[in-house]
Amino acid sequence: MAATDINTGLNAAGLRTDERMERLKLFGLASPALLLVLVILVIPVGWLFYVSFIGADGSFSMENYERMIKRKSYARIFQTTFEISLLTTGLCILIGYPLAYFMSQLPNKWANLCLITVLLPFWTSLLVRTYAWLVLLQKKGLVNDWGISLGLWEEPIKIVHNMNGTLIGMVHIMLPFLILPVYGAMRAIDRDYLKAASNLGASPARAFWTVFFPLSTPGLFAGSLMVFVLCLGFFVTPAVLGGGKVIMVSMKIVSNIELFVNWGAASALGVVLLVLTVIVLWIASRFLKLEQMTGGGH
Amino acid sequence: MKTKMTLTLAAGLMATTAVAMDKEVNFASWGGSYQEAQSKALLEPAAENTGIKINQESYGGMSDVRLQVSSGQVTLDIVVSGSGGAARAAAEGLLEPLDYDVIDVSTFYPGLYTDYCVGGDVFSTVFAYNTDTFGDAGPKTWADFWDVEKFPGTRAYRGKVSGALEPALLADGVDPAEVYNVLASEEGIERAIDKIRELKSHISVFWTSGAQHAQLMKDGEVDMTTGWNGRFDNAKKDGAKVSYSFDGALLDYDCFAIPKGAPNKDTAMMLLNEISKPEYQDDLPKYITYGPTNKAAYETGVIDAATAASLPSSPENAAKQVPVSLEWYGEWETIAAEMYQEMLTE
Repeated sequence: MAATDINTGLNAAGLRTDERMERLKLFGLASPALLLVLVILVIPVGWLFYVSFIGADGSFSMENYERMIKRKSYARIFQTTFEISLLTTGLCILIGYPLAYFMSQLPNKWANLCLITVLLPFWTSLLVRTYAWLVLLQKKGLVNDWGISLGLWEEPIKIVHNMNGTLIGMVHIMLPFLILPVYGAMRAIDRDYLKAASNLGASPARAFWTVFFPLSTPGLFAGSLMVFVLCLGFFVTPAVLGGGKVIMVSMKIVSNIELFVNWGAASALGVVLLVLTVIVLWIASRFLKLEQMTGGGH
Repeated sequence: MKTKMTLTLAAGLMATTAVAMDKEVNFASWGGSYQEAQSKALLEPAAENTGIKINQESYGGMSDVRLQVSSGQVTLDIVVSGSGGAARAAAEGLLEPLDYDVIDVSTFYPGLYTDYCVGGDVFSTVFAYNTDTFGDAGPKTWADFWDVEKFPGTRAYRGKVSGALEPALLADGVDPAEVYNVLASEEGIERAIDKIRELKSHISVFWTSGAQHAQLMKDGEVDMTTGWNGRFDNAKKDGAKVSYSFDGALLDYDCFAIPKGAPNKDTAMMLLNEISKPEYQDDLPKYITYGPTNKAAYETGVIDAATAASLPSSPENAAKQVPVSLEWYGEWETIAAEMYQEMLTE
């Protein structure tokens, strides 16, 4: 490569043609996938936008959006949805990051065993896990029974049928989505960097925060983003553990389908959620690139 | 010879499958102890007597029917619905008109069948309370349900608007006969919702299904809840400490409807006739305390006097209750539901 670099000035035109050809070839190879994306993503989402502008009488109308402004409950539902998703993501990071770090420091054999225990809940139905939490956390459930018999608290505490219960259930379900990418990123970090850091006089904490942590951030961001986006669409867990008071967008979509004669009322909610999510992701992606750069990931 | 036999056999097989295919009905209901009662009292005996194969499933209500009808993929033949839900679905054009030349309703109570839905059972929306918490001196009226000083404890209430506003107005002192007149304006609906707001901090769960409110009482998760009377009786049979009364309850009925474009419409019509007969309906109270819609079911001698007196539709019990107004639900449910959700998300 170094030899051709010297001659770039001479055959720049030739190189450019080659580059174009290669791009075309790559595009050709990617086209089946792109077509698939068009068919299963772009067209349905476009249809969703279209339907959201159809009123109850079947004509073009803004009524589905006007309703969302007129009734305060909609804004509150969106607020709850983003609040829960953010809190769940935060809690997943707090619990998942140290666990992934611990796993990454273990010898292979033990790390794999830990990985299996992390993955195990994945193989149980989400519904079963959610109801299991209900049984554990309710007023006369295991947690309250033990807490009272051990003298930790006297009256049954309310840990389910509210925000707390919803968060517990969601964090439990989302945790593997955070741990796996973080663990992957951590495993890929060359241990010699840390050795070099301590060799240069860094304390273990300093070595962790200035070398290890920045190198693990790509996995952390990928995991957090996945958790956050998946949380936005949660239905079963808040419906069962929220006691009917924690209402997320997906639940409102269902109740709008039940309530209104047209699909538009529900589609408009989907559109707003999609647009808000894209905005959040766009902001996050700007922030994320910056982080990666300052983190010195390369 | 051999080929001929195989052929006859094949033809015979095809004929039987053809008959079986003809005589098949997909039936959807609300699940839990309610569907179990329907299954034991109505569906299993009817399947045996008519040879119709009945595939049961539980479903989410008329929204499922709307989904199926509007997408042209109708798989359900008979659905069980609350009277109000059926009335709205009929108005939307989601249901087949019922053929009362096939379904015999000559001995039905008037008003318990419509052009699109034939009544299956009469039930009540009541309040139930935990007998461990309150003993025999439990709440007697809706005002008691709201009185957190006299009856301290957690409550559960319905998460949907239907059957939720009437009790609030009764607790607020509105005359039972006037409830729907008061509710016939946004101010009236707001008045009822304000009354629920008053109680909201004591409502720990807003329930969404009958199985759920029965479970809440069984687990002792709440001390009082609204709900459907039959579910509480069944929870009691399972050992739950629960009691209720018909005072100020809402009298309503469930009915059977056929979604528009149902694949086995004619068989469904035949099956509806079968399970509307008194000899089926009189078995239902054995499994759940819901009353028959066919008057003749009281005359077969299967329902004894004590059972009859415990049913929501017995004259004595019916007199204490407020009959649910389908007209009100047809006109106001959507608006009221939005306002109700406002209160829920506060």
